[in-house]
Amino acid sequence: MLDFLKSPVIAVQDFFLLAGRTFRNLWRRPHYPADIFMQMDIIGVGSLPIVSMIGFFTGAVLGMQMAKALMQYGAVGQTGQLVAITMVRELGPVLTAVVVAGRNAAGIASELGSMKVTEQIDAMRALGTDPVQKLVKPRLVATCTVLPLLTIIADFVGLFGGFLIAYFVLHLTGAQYWNNAWQSLEYKDITFGLAKPFSFAFIVALVGCYYGLSTTGGTQGVGRATTQAVVASMILIFVTNFFITRIYVSL
Amino acid sequence: MPPPVASILPAPDLGRNPAGEPEPAPVLRFERVTVSFGELRALDEVSFRMNAGESRVIFGAAGSGKTVLLKTALGLLKPASGRVWVFGRDITGLPEQELFPIRARIGVLFQEGGLFDSLTVEENVAYPLENQPSLRCPPEQVRRRVEEALRFVELEHTLEKFPSELSGGMRRRVGIARAVVTEPRLVLYDSPTAGLDPITAYTIIALIVKERDLRGAATVLATHRYQDGHWLANFRYDPGAGGLRPADPALTRARFLVLREGRLEFEGTQAELEASRDPYLSKFVKREE
Repeated sequence: MLDFLKSPVIAVQDFFLLAGRTFRNLWRRPHYPADIFMQMDIIGVGSLPIVSMIGFFTGAVLGMQMAKALMQYGAVGQTGQLVAITMVRELGPVLTAVVVAGRNAAGIASELGSMKVTEQIDAMRALGTDPVQKLVKPRLVATCTVLPLLTIIADFVGLFGGFLIAYFVLHLTGAQYWNNAWQSLEYKDITFGLAKPFSFAFIVALVGCYYGLSTTGGTQGVGRATTQAVVASMILIFVTNFFITRIYVSL
Repeated sequence: MPPPVASILPAPDLGRNPAGEPEPAPVLRFERVTVSFGELRALDEVSFRMNAGESRVIFGAAGSGKTVLLKTALGLLKPASGRVWVFGRDITGLPEQELFPIRARIGVLFQEGGLFDSLTVEENVAYPLENQPSLRCPPEQVRRRVEEALRFVELEHTLEKFPSELSGGMRRRVGIARAVVTEPRLVLYDSPTAGLDPITAYTIIALIVKERDLRGAATVLATHRYQDGHWLANFRYDPGAGGLRPADPALTRARFLVLREGRLEFEGTQAELEASRDPYLSKFVKREE
């Protein structure tokens, strides 16, 4: 009767087994530093243009929308505060993670999926390499390193986008905008603003690797794995964000 | 005084011949091995053994379990029941890290070659030498051994090429070079001639026979082509002429296994296989011949 639950339960179990094996291997040699740096380049430097663009336009749109709402209370001068809080606490981490999930969870799943269906993963194991160490660990370490950095950049570029609107459209002074923005932030904003991308990095890398390594069924299977990796990682990012925010507001 | 360590360790898996002298453990031994994927039994109670220097030809249609059998021998797939011994060691429950030293002594050619498409031919062939923790090949020897292995398959001019730049037959030959570069005692070939034209298929089988006869490695050849097994059982490599010459099947020590939907339907010599009246076996033999 409950057979329909079997495959999702097994999938969750396999995902946590993969995560567990990856964590156990984090400090075990060999570490493949060249692969880690290559993944940092692909995931970090490769995502920089799109993350900056999205951060900039989100900040600018926030500036316009918030100013419109604040105008009703005669509080347009508070625009910086609202842009800063929204960008640093929520939109910066979530949008950056979603963009990286779209680019890299998909990229990881399709690359590992192609390797799986062409027996390269089996060959790797047969020739003395653990795919978890050689493929999963470098992607996890690289994503955990670059996603918080990308988020910091997205936050700053977003604030700058909000500043341009405040300066040229709302005619606030630079000092007014930046002081207001700066003073509205607390230390825990920085802590949580970085804890979020760090958690999302685990989701993006491990979900991408999990779907890639469990690919079956030829090229069609690779396409399916890629789609599932993007959908699953995005849903998990939003759900995780909800719980982290819940912890944040209760502190 | 404590007993010496050797005396408290379990005795290695040695058989005894009628004269009472210990025989070397079989290179590969399956004992009622079952491998399942959900409800499907990909291997169903398969048992066989092979000794050093022997050859096994595994016939079977697509989906009969040939690839699963080879991957189980490598420890890439875990049996649901039964036991697998490689070089006398029970590998059934071994963790991945402990399987690496055993795999380092096994060469394998995957069905489509299994070459890493992001690495050059040279890097592909060097991969086991550089990554098998138990081999510890000195870095200055890697290039020489890679060149030797590629010369063996007559592809020494392709060092810098990527697998995507090679033809299907050349990719299999690079796969063979990668399988034998570590000088393994056991080599597994998974459908090495599938999808190749007859001339290229002959080249591949000739290389497999050459590897077997020059180095004496135990050879397992999974194939659906009857002709491949015929060559392996009835020909030997002639170093003088540089090609294959007919040989007494007793010399090649080749035995044939036939798999059907995961079950081992037949094990015996080529003559026994050809004499079989079983409809599946005889149909298979005649059709492929």
